[in-house]
Amino acid sequence: MRRQQGRRVFFAGALKALRLAERNVLINMEEYFHSVTLDRDACKGCTHCVKRCPTEAIRVRDGKAKIIKERCIDCGECIRICPHHAKQASFDPFEIVEGFTYKIVLPAPALYGQFNNLDDVDILLEALRMLGFDEVFEVARAAEIVSDSTRRLMSSGMLQRPVISSACPAVLRLIRVRFPELIPNILPLRAPIEVAAHMAKKEAAEKTGLPPEQIGAFFISPCPAKVTAVKRPLGSKQSAVDGVLAVRDVYPKLIRLMKEVAVTTEQAAAGRMGMGWGSSGGEAAALLNDRYLAADGIENVIKVLEDLEDDKFTDLDFVELNACSAGCVGGVLNVENPYVAKAKLKRIRKYRPVSCNHIEDEVPRLVKYDSVIDYQPVMELDSDLSAAMEKMRHMQELEDSLPGLDCGSCGAPTCRALAEDIVRGFAKEDDCIFRIKENLATLEGHARQDRAHNEGEQK
Amino acid sequence: MADSVKLNYVVPPDDFTRAGEASSAVKKTLKKLGIHPDVIRRVAIAMYEGEINMVIHAQGGEITVEIYPDRVVMVLADRGPGIANIDLAMQAGYSTAPEEVRNLGFGAGMGLPNMKKYTDEMQVESTLGVGTTVSMTVYNPA
Repeated sequence: MRRQQGRRVFFAGALKALRLAERNVLINMEEYFHSVTLDRDACKGCTHCVKRCPTEAIRVRDGKAKIIKERCIDCGECIRICPHHAKQASFDPFEIVEGFTYKIVLPAPALYGQFNNLDDVDILLEALRMLGFDEVFEVARAAEIVSDSTRRLMSSGMLQRPVISSACPAVLRLIRVRFPELIPNILPLRAPIEVAAHMAKKEAAEKTGLPPEQIGAFFISPCPAKVTAVKRPLGSKQSAVDGVLAVRDVYPKLIRLMKEVAVTTEQAAAGRMGMGWGSSGGEAAALLNDRYLAADGIENVIKVLEDLEDDKFTDLDFVELNACSAGCVGGVLNVENPYVAKAKLKRIRKYRPVSCNHIEDEVPRLVKYDSVIDYQPVMELDSDLSAAMEKMRHMQELEDSLPGLDCGSCGAPTCRALAEDIVRGFAKEDDCIFRIKENLATLEGHARQDRAHNEGEQK
Repeated sequence: MADSVKLNYVVPPDDFTRAGEASSAVKKTLKKLGIHPDVIRRVAIAMYEGEINMVIHAQGGEITVEIYPDRVVMVLADRGPGIANIDLAMQAGYSTAPEEVRNLGFGAGMGLPNMKKYTDEMQVESTLGVGTTVSMTVYNPA
């Protein structure tokens, strides 16, 4: 009997391993899901996005922008800069909620900052429910749990200092492709959205008795990076979020519904700390430790990461980094100006208690990472070192021969990037218009010489 | 030894805002070569310390970095005042940096000691009134 049981356990384990393997294959196949995509018809082939991209992931080829999928971190900078609105963010349509019996909506803290004259969070939460959800679970609640867990972990002394926030998925992806030395400094805790989905589903299952697959959790996101974080999570094997809606998509409906809200019942369950995560500095402030730095805007984030690599900062415990200016309120899927939204968020937070959600003794398992973040060496010229060195030497020669104007006419962001593309076999020297001009001038010179020569002979 | 990749940089005098440019460029190159992150980190820290030293003490100078498959060699040469007592300069906390530099948060006397700490080999050659050359090597484990 005992042996049989053992065997059953073994079979179950083997089956699970098989399923996991199957899933990994699937994940590898679609490893490069991106929520930032291109509308080819709208693209004019200009170089705004090419120049703006923090990972040099865009080139113009055949008159249209092309995103190099291995390099894209879904930060949304190209969406922000594109004058032709050719760069788009993909998110789920509202209909996705229909597939579930019990529907939970997870509003991001940044959402609170999108409305005029909103003093009472409950009006917004009630309107969210009226959109067609059975339950509203504020992501800010989970943010307070993450803050509490961070404080606990940091006081344990087990984390490598300075600890880098894991909340912004674009920053995580940036570190993964450009700053591998800093991976060990990443806070090994899930972002509030993931924690919120886990908590909300658990609560709903206990309340309704429904099986987990009938309970759906839907996030209202301020940015495309969080869409990618749900579809291809880092630090979690699988996301508990079932769909991601865009703030700007639900905003018009919400405005209408908020006007219809007659009486509000007390629903708000997050405090100032959790809501503060919606703008830059909020997460860091919630650590109650003034040895922190908070940087926002992708350029500033890169500068801080560069300096962290050089060990430039001493006496620093925590680093909060947000790819968008002003923090999550600056996400490209929002409606309101980031700084106005930040001010509004500050106002609506004022009347809330400091923090309403706490952990008990230990950091709950659902808050912790269950998989490691690995280095993606997408910038590498070749996996073989001597081949990479050969390419690097070739690249240096090419770069020296190019004009160094970084004009972007070739479709690459800089002359150096063009040199790299040539070495990688994706471009040729003639893609440089100055090179073509030089060649033309040389040809013209030859032709003139030939003519002169011929005329001389005739005389 | 097989061919190497060679990089040259000029560190301008008295410009703290540009110190770090060379180390940043070297980092990018090392990443493109697929060098191990730990090696990159040590090279970057040592080079940045060296760059700052050249700005504070020596009116700038020149940096040559040579990347071999098994090691990264950095040579930082300046035509500054030279170091009177190298042993003393290597002591943690010893500094001759002027007050205004210390007010900027530099000149803690950790430059040379940190450069030694983060590299596998380091030589300092200095002649008073002529200049200082610091050579550092970080090995790249295969």
